[in-house]
Amino acid sequence: MNTLTVSVVTPDGPVLEDSFEMVSCKAESGELGIMPGHIPLVAPLAISAVRLKGSKSTEMIAVSGGFVEVRPDKVTILAQSAETPTDIDVERARKAKERAERRKNSKQDDVDLVRAELALKRALNRLDLLEKS
Amino acid sequence: MASLRDIKNRISSTKKTKQITKAMEMVSASKLNRAEQNAKSFNPYMDKIQEVVASIANGGGDVSHPMLNTRPVKKTGYLVITSDRGLAGAYNSSVLRKVYQKIQDTHSSKDEYTVIPMGRVGRDFFSKRNMPVEREITGVADQPAFADIKDVASEAVQLYTDGVIDELYIYYNHYVSAITQEVTETKLLPLTDISTEGKKLSSYEYEPDQDQILKSLLPQYAESLIFGALLDGKASEHAARMTAMKAATDNADDLIGDLTLSYNRARQASITQEITEIVGGAAALE
Repeated sequence: MNTLTVSVVTPDGPVLEDSFEMVSCKAESGELGIMPGHIPLVAPLAISAVRLKGSKSTEMIAVSGGFVEVRPDKVTILAQSAETPTDIDVERARKAKERAERRKNSKQDDVDLVRAELALKRALNRLDLLEKS
Repeated sequence: MASLRDIKNRISSTKKTKQITKAMEMVSASKLNRAEQNAKSFNPYMDKIQEVVASIANGGGDVSHPMLNTRPVKKTGYLVITSDRGLAGAYNSSVLRKVYQKIQDTHSSKDEYTVIPMGRVGRDFFSKRNMPVEREITGVADQPAFADIKDVASEAVQLYTDGVIDELYIYYNHYVSAITQEVTETKLLPLTDISTEGKKLSSYEYEPDQDQILKSLLPQYAESLIFGALLDGKASEHAARMTAMKAATDNADDLIGDLTLSYNRARQASITQEITEIVGGAAALE
């Protein structure tokens, strides 16, 4: 079985680098499944979970503000934040979720609303990933 | 001539100062180590994002994005990275001097520029001179994580996108080595010179298309440039503080040496005087 080298990089340092058989992620334009031999591609990622399928196990990573760069034998995920389930701070995510919900419902001007929405998405993404893993 | 007791007091107080500067030197040394590591782990991200941006921007096709185009400049933004605390030698003063000079040289009125100081020293400098401060950032951690400054970076980028400022410069101390730091001026926005040297450009398929990707990629790119400058600045700060404290410790050593010498001289002089008095007294009795 062919494999892909996947590396996940954030400004705070590399998160993960390993071989996997398939990468499935959610780009802004829709779901993407990447297998070895894919044509070179660049796509921005939604705030979502990336699934890395290996021969034995499957890894999940919560990304936000990222994009994926694909080459035939290598996939690089660049994200402003990327966390494996063990790295996620549950308490912080839960608090962030509550705060974002409060802000969203407080109905102030719309700039705040967009930011609250994004913060809520990030928090939900993290919590979802924890539940699934 | 100072009395024996005075000299002794000065020696002991200098010794205490030396202990403090020595401790601060060692603290800065370990912080510098961490800061260097942070900067190193940031590099792969920067390299990669630069590579992708460069291959999109230079990869043919008509790509256009407000962040790539130069527009007539009505207002300039200056992002200045300083530290929260002093005792770091010329770290803050040299970067502030350079910005101040540049502003004095290029702008005639306060409407033409705005400053975004990072760090307390910079904020105090600009507010004392009544210069327009768009936003101030203080209390940045010694080892900043990207999440800590993301909001700030995106706000700075937002100022440009909203048309509040038409170009953005960033000033910081570039870390060359533990003893050399260089004040660096970089034009951050618009992104005119995306360096492609030494990198192989690859052609990609774009999903959905180039413009869409640039729209989400360029702000991220600019934000990471700001973060990179901050990491560089932090490393320089710790290095500058380490060097300054080392110099202070050395000076304290010199001072203690001088004081000990004059202490011993004074002690010897008083002993000699006592002997002379005793001998004189004995001779008078004979």
